[in-house]
Amino acid sequence: MSLAVGCRARPGKARDNKTGSWRVFKPVFGKEKCTLCGLCMTLCPEGCVHETEEGFITPDYTYCKGCGICAQECPGEAIEMKQEEK
Amino acid sequence: MVDKTLELFDCGHRACGGCGAALAARLVTKAAGTNTIVVSATGCMEVFSTPYPETAWKVPWIHSLFENASAVASGVEASLKKQGRTEKVVIMAGDGATFDIGMICISGAFERGHDFTYICYDNEAYMNTGIQRSGATPYDASTTTSPAGKCSFGNKRPKKDIPQIIAAHGAPYVATASIAYPADLMQKVEKAINTVGPCYIQVHAPCCTGWGFEGEQTIAVAKLAIETGLWVNYEMVDGKVVKAKKVVRKPVEEYLKTQKRFRHLFKPTRQDAEIATIQAIADRNAEKYAIDIKLKKE
Ligand SMILES: Cc1ncc(C[n+]2csc(CCOP(=O)(O)OP(=O)(O)O)c2C)c(N)n1
Ligand code: SF4
Ligand code: SF4
Ligand SMILES: [Mg+2]
Repeated sequence: MSLAVGCRARPGKARDNKTGSWRVFKPVFGKEKCTLCGLCMTLCPEGCVHETEEGFITPDYTYCKGCGICAQECPGEAIEMKQEEK
Repeated sequence: MVDKTLELFDCGHRACGGCGAALAARLVTKAAGTNTIVVSATGCMEVFSTPYPETAWKVPWIHSLFENASAVASGVEASLKKQGRTEKVVIMAGDGATFDIGMICISGAFERGHDFTYICYDNEAYMNTGIQRSGATPYDASTTTSPAGKCSFGNKRPKKDIPQIIAAHGAPYVATASIAYPADLMQKVEKAINTVGPCYIQVHAPCCTGWGFEGEQTIAVAKLAIETGLWVNYEMVDGKVVKAKKVVRKPVEEYLKTQKRFRHLFKPTRQDAEIATIQAIADRNAEKYAIDIKLKKE
């Protein structure tokens, strides 16, 4: 009988779990007030905020849980939390 | 220098929205870089990052038990050394795993002098099993095993001074940090990883679910802990405090009021004596680490 000791998983396999479905409030990033300081990218517990090719900062809504940290901490108040429409 | 733009703790983990520990995992792995092997103890971070068959880790990661992360890391490090490999070993363990159940394995590993970096993400209770108090729970915090009520104001014991205990083992580098100061935290992780021998960093990682505040407030709450002197960010080299973050201190109640675990100190009636006791803890911290910025009187 072969007995597997322990479990293994592929690196980053958790991406299969689309945590964006948890969201109740959605962070809406305003382009005008954003100074590209990047604080939201540093502080998001999901690590889902990134800069687009066009040079805008945006979260990946597939994973954003809508915790609101980015909106709370943005020094320019460029992020607004809006009720999610589903 | 490691590439800090890499996300080595990826999306899809199941931490509560606004979890301080999840942010700690992201920042620590960013600073540690790809040439790292992580050993986790049982706890929220282990559970939310690896519900089988998923894993949020993008570096090699191993978990065995609640109490033995530093023993597992010792074995990993000894094996790497024997093979002439260069990976750095990083332990990620909660406060329960560190302050309480893991203490014997920690003491042994630090005494043997393995080359690893031990990160304790401190959310000040056993969160994963339902908010039981630990040796890291602060004075008067209400938890499920130190409930505030008619007979009690919550946890009766002060927080254990684990950094001091680890330093007493002869650890070359011991530091405290906070998720509210990410650049400082990442710098300390890099320093620990590049210091030969067993190093320790205790990271304040507020838990919105266990402490009772909205997830969006996690950074603000962590900042208030520093600004009131209830958490001090400092570095110890060879047992001596060489640096501590200075602040213009705020009264402790500004921190206490943000969290339901301290609500009984304000409602139904304000408990002045208890608040004064907590203020005295902050005052002692301020004196011990000389963190007060003296404002010049105009
Ligand atoms: C020997 C043993 N006792 C108890 C448990 C149950 N248990 C799992 S996680 C945990 C609490 C972990 O607390 P902490 O280390 O502070 O991490 P947190 O969950 O707060 O992040 C406990 C008691 C266990 N897994 N193993
Ligand atoms: S709301 Fe929270 S999860 Fe979403 S992008 Fe902002 S910080 Fe990240
Ligand atoms: S209970 Fe606390 S530590 Fe655990 S996942 Fe939720 S916020 Fe994070
Ligand atoms: Mg804990």
